[in-house]
Amino acid sequence: MPRPGFVLEVDKSTPPILFHHGESLRLERLPAGRSRVLYPGEPLDALDDVDGAIRQALDNPLGDSEPLRALLRPGMKLTIAFDDISLPLPPMRRPDVRQRVIEAVLDLAAAAGVDDVHLIAALALHRRMTEAELRHAVGDRVYDAFAPHGLLYNHDAEDPDNLAFLGSTEQGEEVEINKRAADSDLLVYVNINLVSMDGGWKSTATGLASYRSLRHHHNVRTMLQSRSFMDRHKSELHSSNWRMGEVLRKSGVQIFQIETTLNNDTFGTSGPMSVLQKREWEWTARDRATFIGMKAGLDRMPTKARRKIFNSWKAPYGVTSVQAGEVEAVHEATTANVFKQQLVEIEGQTDILTMGLPYICPYNVNSIMNPILVMCLGLGYFFNMYRGRPLVREGGVLIMSHPTPWEFNPVHHPSYIDFFEQVLADTTDPLEIEAKYEKQYAEDEWYRHLYRTSYAYHGVHPFYMWYWGSHALSHLGKVIIVGGEARSVRRLGFTPASTLNDALEMASDVVGRHGTITHLHNPPIVMADVT
Amino acid sequence: MKALVFSRKPAKFAAAMLAGRLSPGGGAKVGPLALRDVDPPDLPGPGWVRVRPRLAGICGSDLATIDGTSSRWFEPIVSFPFTPGHEVVGELDDGTRVVIVPVLSCVARGISPVCGSCAAGAINHCERLGYGDLEPGLQCGFCESTGGGWSTLMVAHQDQLVAVPDAVSDEAAVLVEPTACAVHAARQVTATRVAVIGAGTLGLLTIAALRSTRPGLEILATAKHPHQRALAAELGADAVVAPGELDRAIRSRTGSMRLDNGQLTDGIEAVVDCVGSAESLAQALRIAAPGGTIHVVGMPGVTTVDLTPLWQREVALRGAYAYERADFDAAIGLVTSLDLGRLVTATYPLGRYEDAVAHAATAGARGAVKIAFDLRSERERNSI
Repeated sequence: MPRPGFVLEVDKSTPPILFHHGESLRLERLPAGRSRVLYPGEPLDALDDVDGAIRQALDNPLGDSEPLRALLRPGMKLTIAFDDISLPLPPMRRPDVRQRVIEAVLDLAAAAGVDDVHLIAALALHRRMTEAELRHAVGDRVYDAFAPHGLLYNHDAEDPDNLAFLGSTEQGEEVEINKRAADSDLLVYVNINLVSMDGGWKSTATGLASYRSLRHHHNVRTMLQSRSFMDRHKSELHSSNWRMGEVLRKSGVQIFQIETTLNNDTFGTSGPMSVLQKREWEWTARDRATFIGMKAGLDRMPTKARRKIFNSWKAPYGVTSVQAGEVEAVHEATTANVFKQQLVEIEGQTDILTMGLPYICPYNVNSIMNPILVMCLGLGYFFNMYRGRPLVREGGVLIMSHPTPWEFNPVHHPSYIDFFEQVLADTTDPLEIEAKYEKQYAEDEWYRHLYRTSYAYHGVHPFYMWYWGSHALSHLGKVIIVGGEARSVRRLGFTPASTLNDALEMASDVVGRHGTITHLHNPPIVMADVT
Repeated sequence: MKALVFSRKPAKFAAAMLAGRLSPGGGAKVGPLALRDVDPPDLPGPGWVRVRPRLAGICGSDLATIDGTSSRWFEPIVSFPFTPGHEVVGELDDGTRVVIVPVLSCVARGISPVCGSCAAGAINHCERLGYGDLEPGLQCGFCESTGGGWSTLMVAHQDQLVAVPDAVSDEAAVLVEPTACAVHAARQVTATRVAVIGAGTLGLLTIAALRSTRPGLEILATAKHPHQRALAAELGADAVVAPGELDRAIRSRTGSMRLDNGQLTDGIEAVVDCVGSAESLAQALRIAAPGGTIHVVGMPGVTTVDLTPLWQREVALRGAYAYERADFDAAIGLVTSLDLGRLVTATYPLGRYEDAVAHAATAGARGAVKIAFDLRSERERNSI
């Protein structure tokens, strides 16, 4: 039976703790007597028969929904939307669970005589997926059957001819989504719920939406009112999406939601990467040798080579659950399953929160983790991995470890470069950024062109990354990046430190000399249930 | 009297070129510039007066001369040996402090009637340059007859003198001449949005002049170094970016599209190039909008640049040399109101000219803006 996550109190016998550090790793000794480490649970047992579980879910839907086969009929318009490249992280080994679900849905559709089927990567304002990435997600069989005929494609949030305006919420939030999805007799949405933020009405109301619609919840106000956006019931981001879901429902869009959860098996149980999900005091001599060798090798490699190695890693995740049916009922069950794997109870807040940021976040798969994404991963995602209260107290210090190079992928992140050079050189205040610059970037024709025809994130996307950290920015007294390129770190508005000890020394100016420290040992993913 | 003298010595000139390439300002050590005891210059005629320099700045054109990178275009309009120094605040025999308008117009060279440009006040367009009573020289500081500011005594025509108000410090006054250049350049700009390349003395002063004359103008500037960035913003730039970021900043601000090789399809209406290098001109050509204008304010030399965008996009390339007489009045107003004397970062005695030139040639990297010679304490100054 897998061991649950837990909190380790650091004492003198505690070995150095693993910190991810971009495409490298660090071992850091945390001060005894005032430090603790929040460890994720071990991977939950995977389903033995994933395909059987999928079929079972499709035939036994949750909530007020008929089984999928009952919703399918000849002559109908069926659209299958699926999560894009941003999930899961890292990408999972083949077969991807999306492929398994989509194949099952298509089998039922074929049996029912449905022949008008479109498959859409629900990427919102993310970059388009390449053929290889689509093949990985849906499998070669599905890709070859649909893509050559133009029936498998990326959502285009800037295509005015293929967007449908469905109305507004009572709060005036406009709902505009992919026209094919809106016009279909049935929209099947296939999710991978890596974290509790994913899924629910957010799948359709965000994944298939336009900028016109997204701006109503992807903004600073919403993020400041989401405590946290990983906790659906305290997340304004989700409340807005749920209100939009109501508009979708009332406008007649019929959705059959399929959500899946994965276990924490990010680095496997064998091979050199497996050491990264073991607890340090349980490392064997072989583990230690592996780690030392791996770190030495990585540190000597050119960045590109290191990046290539990490980007080629496919996680051996196991599927832990499949839920299907009505959106909200499905999502409640899914979230419970996500929490079962990730949620770990911890008592009280800390003065200093430390975290080692890995090489990947949702927006740099097969790409570069640029400084804006470093901010987003640390202050957006990791900071918000809590339920109850933030793991770090208000006015506390966040210490992140990441090389933070001044480096961007010009194909994937063109507007990020300008955001970094132009916007952050002016101000790092999210509200000021939003008021002064968002419209210009959102409506920039060149960014729009690259989003639609190349593989670029939408012009407004770096703003969302910054907004994602709004809550943390307003909450924290100081942010320090250990081992980061100093000029990049300063451009972010943070403080660079050479070592963790230096960073702790700097933090003491804010929280005093005996501030408590908590290390978020992530990845594999862990979410703090702060009591 | 003591003076730094630049002589026509081809071998030393070649050595200066080499040294200048290896180390900016290195030409001062091995080239034709030397500190000498010389006779004071004679008064060329009626209307001429003696001026004892108090401060004399080191300009980019001086550095190009010292390092042997200036164009041979100047050969017929300079006369050797000459004493450099055309950014000068000095005092007359009666103690009056003056700034010199160094351009040698028809009036200063005794040409009568004066040419049409000089008659119109456009002394920088003089149509008789190189003729008249003086040895050839486009300005004091490049003319054997007048001497220059890098000495304890020079001569100037009364028509070249601008009285310095008591409230204006020597440090501010020595910046009046380059500020007049900036004012003149700023008058050329009619666009609503401009990019200023370079944040050395001339770039910073041009930003200040643009801002003072055109409050609504959108100014985007480049700066390599932190102190330049801060000053550019303080003097009126709406945004300051690193030189390598300028193309993207222009694209973003203008909403231009960008082609695969990075070329913009649109650009900015006006570019003011305060550097004048091949790189800065090439950048100006890349970012200027079709039908736009590039104002070349920094002194260029012999450069290689692809003029295809100039042709294909019908971009105008326009020089901005020196000033008209009236620009000095505006310049005095600017140096006073903006306290521009603070841009004088360091001063040197003549005896340390090699250090002074090296400092000026690397001013940006060393956190400096304007380097000048301080003649006020030179022992011989008051004995002539």
